[in-house]
Amino acid sequence: MKPAPFDYVRPDTLDEALRLLAEQGDDAKLIAGGQSLVPMMNFRMAQPALLIDINGLKSLDYHRRDGDVLAIGALARHATLSASALVRSLCPLVSEAYRHVAHGTVRNRGTLCGNLCHADPASEMPAVMLVLGATLVLRSAKGERRVAASDFFLGLYATAVASDEMLIEVRIPVSVTSCGHGFEEVSARQGDYAMTLVASSLDVRGGRIHAAALAYAGVSDRALRMAALESRLVGQMPSQALFEEVAAAAADSIDVSEDQHADRAYRRDLIRTLTPRALAQAAARVAA
Amino acid sequence: MSTKLIDIAVTVNGKSVERRVPPRMLLSDFLRHELHLTGTHVGCEHGVCGTCNVEVDGKTARSCLMFAVQAEGATVNTVESLGTIAKLHPLQQAFWEKHGLQCGFCTPGMLMTAKELLAANPNPTREEVAEAISGNLCRCTGYQTIIDAVMSAAEAMRNTEVTPS
Repeated sequence: MKPAPFDYVRPDTLDEALRLLAEQGDDAKLIAGGQSLVPMMNFRMAQPALLIDINGLKSLDYHRRDGDVLAIGALARHATLSASALVRSLCPLVSEAYRHVAHGTVRNRGTLCGNLCHADPASEMPAVMLVLGATLVLRSAKGERRVAASDFFLGLYATAVASDEMLIEVRIPVSVTSCGHGFEEVSARQGDYAMTLVASSLDVRGGRIHAAALAYAGVSDRALRMAALESRLVGQMPSQALFEEVAAAAADSIDVSEDQHADRAYRRDLIRTLTPRALAQAAARVAA
Repeated sequence: MSTKLIDIAVTVNGKSVERRVPPRMLLSDFLRHELHLTGTHVGCEHGVCGTCNVEVDGKTARSCLMFAVQAEGATVNTVESLGTIAKLHPLQQAFWEKHGLQCGFCTPGMLMTAKELLAANPNPTREEVAEAISGNLCRCTGYQTIIDAVMSAAEAMRNTEVTPS
């Protein structure tokens, strides 16, 4: 339970951090909060030769409105974001999901960007970013590129971040009044990784679903956004029957995982049960 | 593989400390083995049990998920900073009076978490206490007496002026 040996550096500037990544990216890992990375290092599942500590780059600890997005910097801590009135007013699904993310002490140091780069398959925020259509800004010594959330989560602990890149910012579209969000999760204890979670957003106009977003985590090797099911919702009037039909289709179409926390039958049951609840919440929360 | 040692200067429980450590040394092991502050406990070493909780720059942190080198320039307070046998912190007094511990293994982590809660929320409900300690595991008490202790300490702290040590 002790990590393998490594070298350590704590750059004073972003440019220096990116230069180190460019030179040694294949053998180096960035550390911000460390709340996901260090457990992996203590288990020796991760053995970077070099740890690049970015906690000195204080200017990356921000969250602010930038036009019609909420922009969140690399060092923004979960504790800051979960308590933020700005986050709650601009992106209420993020605030709601935060009630299920870890525990206070872990949230003090853990960062949203670090959580997204770690891409645990049962983590809340990847599913939330999929539902909200977030954009992830990746920077390297060579420049910057933007990746849509739908192209970011590639597999078990695998993301689109290249070895010489840092996730420098997440940009989340601000919620509009015709949208309501829903979130449901079952886990062994509150704060644990999900056995199954459902995140959704419904844009309802004139009594009909104008747009829908539906994502799951805890059921596969990554968070999943269900485009086929979303198109079943669009154009329909919200109803319990419709939501249960979508829930059944989700339970049938997802190749659910099985582990010591929950078997396949239980996960399918959770999908069938939690999906209508999350969709109903979303429909009810559309501003009257 | 290079194992270059790194010089660090940290303030621990009010005292400046300078040591030369390997990067891989966890803060928990630094506190316990280098500084002989064994009040901080080691349970799971992957961040879930809470027995290693300390205060870093005013906020609780899992010391098993930090490297000592990361504490360079930081202010660290451990459970030993709360009080002494002669002068217990109100939280320690309350844990004693209300049977908030049996084996005592989770207790240091619980105390640091409770201290942070009461600094932010001096008048919590039982539910708020339960939520706050949800990141600290206890196998002995069933948690209710821990909540009793924190509620009792909260009342004592509201009713008296606590002189910073």
